[in-house]
Amino acid sequence: MAMSRRALLVAGAGVGAGVLAACGSNTGRGGGGSGAALSQWYHQYGEPGTQQAVQRYAAAYRKAHVTVEWRPGNYDQQTAAALLTDSGPDVFEVNGPTLDQIQGGQVVDLTDLLDGVKDDFNPAVLTPKTYEGRIYGIPQVVDMQLLYYRKSLLKAAGVTPPATLDALVDAARTLTTSKVKGLFLGNDGGAGVLGGTPLYAAGLQLVTADGKVGFDDPAAARTLGKLRRLYADKSLLLGAPADWSDPSALLQGLTAMQWCGLWALPQVKQQLGDDFGVLPFPADGGQGRPSVPVGAYGAAVSARSKRREAAREYVKWLWVERTDYQEDFALSYGFHIPARISLAKKAARLHNGPAADAVRLATEHGYAQPLLWTPAAQTAYQDALSRIIKSGADPQGELRAVVGKVSDELQRVKKKS
Amino acid sequence: MRRRRTLWFWVFVGPFAAGLALFTYVPLLWSVGLSFFDAHNTVTPTHFVGLDNYTAMLRDDAFTGSLRTFLVFTAFIVPVTYLLSLSLALMVNRVRRARAFFRSVFFLPAACSYVVAALVWKMSIFNGVRFGLANTVLGWLGGDPVAWLSTTDPPWYWLVIVTVRLWLQAGFYMILFLAGLQRIDPVLYEAAAVDGARPGWTVLRHITLPQLRATSVAVLLLLVVNAFQAFDEFYNLLSDARGYPPYARPPLVYLYYTALGQGQNLGLGSAGAVILALIIAVVTVGQARWLRLGRTDTDG
Repeated sequence: MAMSRRALLVAGAGVGAGVLAACGSNTGRGGGGSGAALSQWYHQYGEPGTQQAVQRYAAAYRKAHVTVEWRPGNYDQQTAAALLTDSGPDVFEVNGPTLDQIQGGQVVDLTDLLDGVKDDFNPAVLTPKTYEGRIYGIPQVVDMQLLYYRKSLLKAAGVTPPATLDALVDAARTLTTSKVKGLFLGNDGGAGVLGGTPLYAAGLQLVTADGKVGFDDPAAARTLGKLRRLYADKSLLLGAPADWSDPSALLQGLTAMQWCGLWALPQVKQQLGDDFGVLPFPADGGQGRPSVPVGAYGAAVSARSKRREAAREYVKWLWVERTDYQEDFALSYGFHIPARISLAKKAARLHNGPAADAVRLATEHGYAQPLLWTPAAQTAYQDALSRIIKSGADPQGELRAVVGKVSDELQRVKKKS
Repeated sequence: MRRRRTLWFWVFVGPFAAGLALFTYVPLLWSVGLSFFDAHNTVTPTHFVGLDNYTAMLRDDAFTGSLRTFLVFTAFIVPVTYLLSLSLALMVNRVRRARAFFRSVFFLPAACSYVVAALVWKMSIFNGVRFGLANTVLGWLGGDPVAWLSTTDPPWYWLVIVTVRLWLQAGFYMILFLAGLQRIDPVLYEAAAVDGARPGWTVLRHITLPQLRATSVAVLLLLVVNAFQAFDEFYNLLSDARGYPPYARPPLVYLYYTALGQGQNLGLGSAGAVILALIIAVVTVGQARWLRLGRTDTDG
């Protein structure tokens, strides 16, 4: 009896050790040994073929053995946590890096990798990766969001594509029937995805060039109040099975217009043919101008990496030198604008139809979230916007509180520099 | 012999004690430590800020708002879950046939993942378009589709949250009550019947409920702690890629975004977690005291 109990214990210990070993081994660094082994992280792209493509690029690199890790789920949280430890990635793509990551010394200065080719990178997306003149992320591709509309539905309702925010509010109301809603801005009514876009459409900005709050202006309250009207008119589609980033709501005829990403364009084109067009977020007020948000995942190198030099060299090879891979990555899977101006000009797929319109909108009206717009500022603003849109809170009062909080945040990050 | 026994004690208890210390107590104390530092993007901060994180957290409307919301939520969900699971247990306990069947049917949801249940509720039962289950039923009755999770006036999202929580939890607490019910000596009921007590309310009030007191205390404590620690179904029902709306936001969800989102303000998040833990501790201890006092009253 005692014997069998002991045997059980031994077996149990064996299982436990096996589990622990399994936990520790999967760091994505490959099998050690001599020569540099690098681990590279990507978030999970939805488009088929992307994963195979990045693995192919990595396999083609001769100077180091690069292991690609494809990470589904909350990628931002995963990288943020991994950067605190030594077992994180050497090279990783990031929707940033954020200001706190840069100030905290978590990412490596990559400025010299762009020597001579810096001007070829789209400045709109390179600027937010630059802090005090140093570059901390190499833009991979440019993403943008824009307004899709069904030409046939607008025509049937006698509505022209809206050029002002007021016209958009009216159009959405006219297009709404018992079966089809006028506009889809996401299941939360737009607070999440629109972010600063309406402020730029009113001629304002989130943070000014000299680091002050950019929307301390009566025009901000006026413009955000109009978003409330969209909601109160019941023109907005809410509670759709797939959220704004997926074009399903537009394709299934649940809405006549939808705010979505450039990545959806091939799918929309395939299913709707010529029955769609694209628009920027329309201008509002005398100072207003149309606006579209642009952004870029950037390739960054972790400061905790033990092979920082090898990692920097690899980033230079892939995201600066190998323009053929950069072009393939941007245009062959889903739909993005290459981050290199020279590649964007060459790309035949971007030369006509709605794709050409989209590129023009990004060039003329694109704005990127400033580096100084921290997550804390974003949360305060987004909460306020949600209350304005959904609960009908007074835009002036809400914005006053946000301006206070954002100034505090700006003070905090300035003190650190 | 004694030494041998001590050795075996540590062989069996040691791994668990070590695991508990390593994965629970060390992080817990570390977090308390972090709450006194400016810890942006680091777990080894150097900039001591004293109580700044605590004052910032207590002055943060979003955090105090979510605490208030969850006091109200607790005050509502605890009695409702308690009553529902107790009624289920009383009913299942009385059925003569197929008792195991009913017990399993009501208990099964407890085995379902919160994430899966939340997604079923969000995407098929309570989605906002005309072909969602709830909206289809509304359509038969001639109503317009309701965007259940996006409408704040009236706050329909509470209906979704409360129903999914009750579905998930009632069965589990029902099993606890059933166990309690089956331990009540039938002699008590027979004696009551001999004394002329009518089956029904009188017996429930004077025999069943007092006999269930120990179970009730445990259930209530678990329910309160659970309500304050709400996270899974809320997060999966209401969050999207851009964050979480400013209503029905559990304190833990708010702290999750503060500390572990892109903000990575681990000091501020830890301060919030300590505040939340203190509140839960105070409420739980108070509750335990109060319930135990009640027991002495009836016994004495």
